[in-house]
Amino acid sequence: MSRVYNRYKQRNVANETTADIDRKHREAISAGDAAELTDAAAPVRGMPLVEVDSLSVAFGRGKSRVRAVDEVSFNVGHGEAIGLVGESGCGKSSLARALVRLEKPAAGAIRFEGRDLSTLKGEESQQYHTQSQMIFQDPYGSLNPRLQVGRAIREVLTVHGRGSRIQRASIVSGLLQSVGLDPGHANRYPHEFSGGQRQRVGIARALAVQPRLLIADEPVSALDVSVQVQILNLLKDLQRDHKLTILFVAHDLAVVRYLCSRILVMYLGRIVETAGSGPLYSRPMHPYTKALMSAVPDVSKSLEKRKTGKGRMIVEGDVPSLSTTFKGCPFQSRCHFSQERCSEEAPPLREVRAGHYAACHFAEDLMSIPA
Amino acid sequence: MTVEVQTETLVEVRNLCITLGKRTQPVKVVDGVSLTLRAGETVALVGESGCGKSLTALAMARLLPSPPARCESGEIFFQGRNVLEMTEKELQSLRGDEISYVFQEPASSLNPVFTVGNQVGEAVRLHRQGTNVDSEVISLLRLVGIPDPETRRKAYPHQLSGGMQQRVMIAMALACKPRVLIADEPTTALDVTIQAQILELLLRLQEELGMAILLITHNLGLVADVAHEVHVMYAGRIVESGPAVEVLTNPTHPYTTALLNAVPRLEGTRGRLRGIPGTVPNPGFLPEGCRFHPRCEKRTELCSTEEPEPERLDQSHWVTCHHWNE
Repeated sequence: MSRVYNRYKQRNVANETTADIDRKHREAISAGDAAELTDAAAPVRGMPLVEVDSLSVAFGRGKSRVRAVDEVSFNVGHGEAIGLVGESGCGKSSLARALVRLEKPAAGAIRFEGRDLSTLKGEESQQYHTQSQMIFQDPYGSLNPRLQVGRAIREVLTVHGRGSRIQRASIVSGLLQSVGLDPGHANRYPHEFSGGQRQRVGIARALAVQPRLLIADEPVSALDVSVQVQILNLLKDLQRDHKLTILFVAHDLAVVRYLCSRILVMYLGRIVETAGSGPLYSRPMHPYTKALMSAVPDVSKSLEKRKTGKGRMIVEGDVPSLSTTFKGCPFQSRCHFSQERCSEEAPPLREVRAGHYAACHFAEDLMSIPA
Repeated sequence: MTVEVQTETLVEVRNLCITLGKRTQPVKVVDGVSLTLRAGETVALVGESGCGKSLTALAMARLLPSPPARCESGEIFFQGRNVLEMTEKELQSLRGDEISYVFQEPASSLNPVFTVGNQVGEAVRLHRQGTNVDSEVISLLRLVGIPDPETRRKAYPHQLSGGMQQRVMIAMALACKPRVLIADEPTTALDVTIQAQILELLLRLQEELGMAILLITHNLGLVADVAHEVHVMYAGRIVESGPAVEVLTNPTHPYTTALLNAVPRLEGTRGRLRGIPGTVPNPGFLPEGCRFHPRCEKRTELCSTEEPEPERLDQSHWVTCHHWNE
């Protein structure tokens, strides 16, 4: 009974603002057309939008309990694009999912504009989903094959009570246009689109509620290089035009650098290095970051290497299983620089230079070694 | 750069045309592709999804799903024998024995209900009767760098990580010591660190076994890393080919340049990446003239009316563009 009433109430509230929504969408579209090509990724100062405070996410019970995210803390400022990098199994997706409340934290807290997410209930909880949205890696798997894309987007508006029936149609076509799709394609099915176009539909769907935080979990790794750029540019434009805050999850450091102003490098559920993208790429301090950079297949770097005949630095083996217990540094088993101290003492994440944090005993020494 | 060594030519593809669809309305998806694979060399075939690169590779061992695909014209020679005229029995000994494949997604190429040792052993049992299967499987798994192969061979695919699964696929492909290895996007589904490991593995095996490798990819970074020669494909045609270092340092075709500019660089990008506007054309409705002209920045009227012919820049660098020397 109360749920029905809540929906009714929400719809009434929403009705007042639909004209507003429509206008904003239109403005966004025209702004996109007239946009200049500038490099926008500068964070806005002030109170952070998201505060993650020693967050842990765990799965399983008893002996088989693993901590996918292990006491991670960081802030995301308003309008900032922040990159989260690491191999599969390092916990980056679990962290991303916790931010949109798809996973429950085992310990620690996530605060959105100062409010702890775990205290949100009922209507407030639904309200939060209009503030944060997620786009997923696999554009083939994340759209309902039996639903026309226009309806898939409209569903979001209906659930959140945005607009009247008639207004919704125009909002949907505005959304399709803002992600670079033909509004006339609203009645097509997902299989009629290419991978890149499907990813655009996914983005339009996430933008339907005008979120302030967009979490993109490997949105381009399944796409062709030429299409990758189109999606990256779209995200860049959206960040600038809508003042969107983006958490971009990826395993390719080159892709992350293009979009993000600050980077978090994750390994085995922990953050091992974080800094602004400039210092992180010019002076990586953690051996894992160095290894990740060395592994990126980069044309100019590879050609240079062929001339000089130098090999790349390759980390051996896979990410160890989260359930294995070890003493000391989590990366020691694959590290080229590991020493006795690493197997005894776990290095804490510490500020090595201003704004540049690394969790390595030998960060100062490694800084001077070129990647 | 390297000393010219006369190496053995293993596969020669000449003027290959592949069509899809009904005989009455065939759609040409591969049009006049020629390439040569030599022992110990890596040739890369680069292009966007749907440009026909995988079909070209499948045709080399007559693995095209037919119908709907057909080799309309052209010739494929394996060590002087025409693959297109082989009998089913000859093909059986060609596939796996001489030419083998590694595909993009190891998780969907492996059978989930058999152990990996069993699947690697299948190739050994079928093609090399009389060998001790178990010890051969163990040595193959060790060759591709799987730790503790004696116990790992009893694992099922889901118990292995993506990188380990791809290693198993490579072990299967190598079971009969093939002369030619065709790797169709072997690292696309993998993490960057594992990508680097798999590439390193392929290079080491090539050195040890003297294989020819055809690397199919859309990532020019990989090409720069390992390939001797590169063919850039667009909408069924090769638009530029030549030694990899030469083509990547002096790209001549606008499509090659556009592909190179589309990749985000590790050292950072000034301003905005250009990307390539539009999408790959539908093979049923190819544009008149040069196939790339609707997406090309250098296009002129000539491009929309006349299809360019391949032109030779120097010894082995070819380009198919009206305006390559401008």
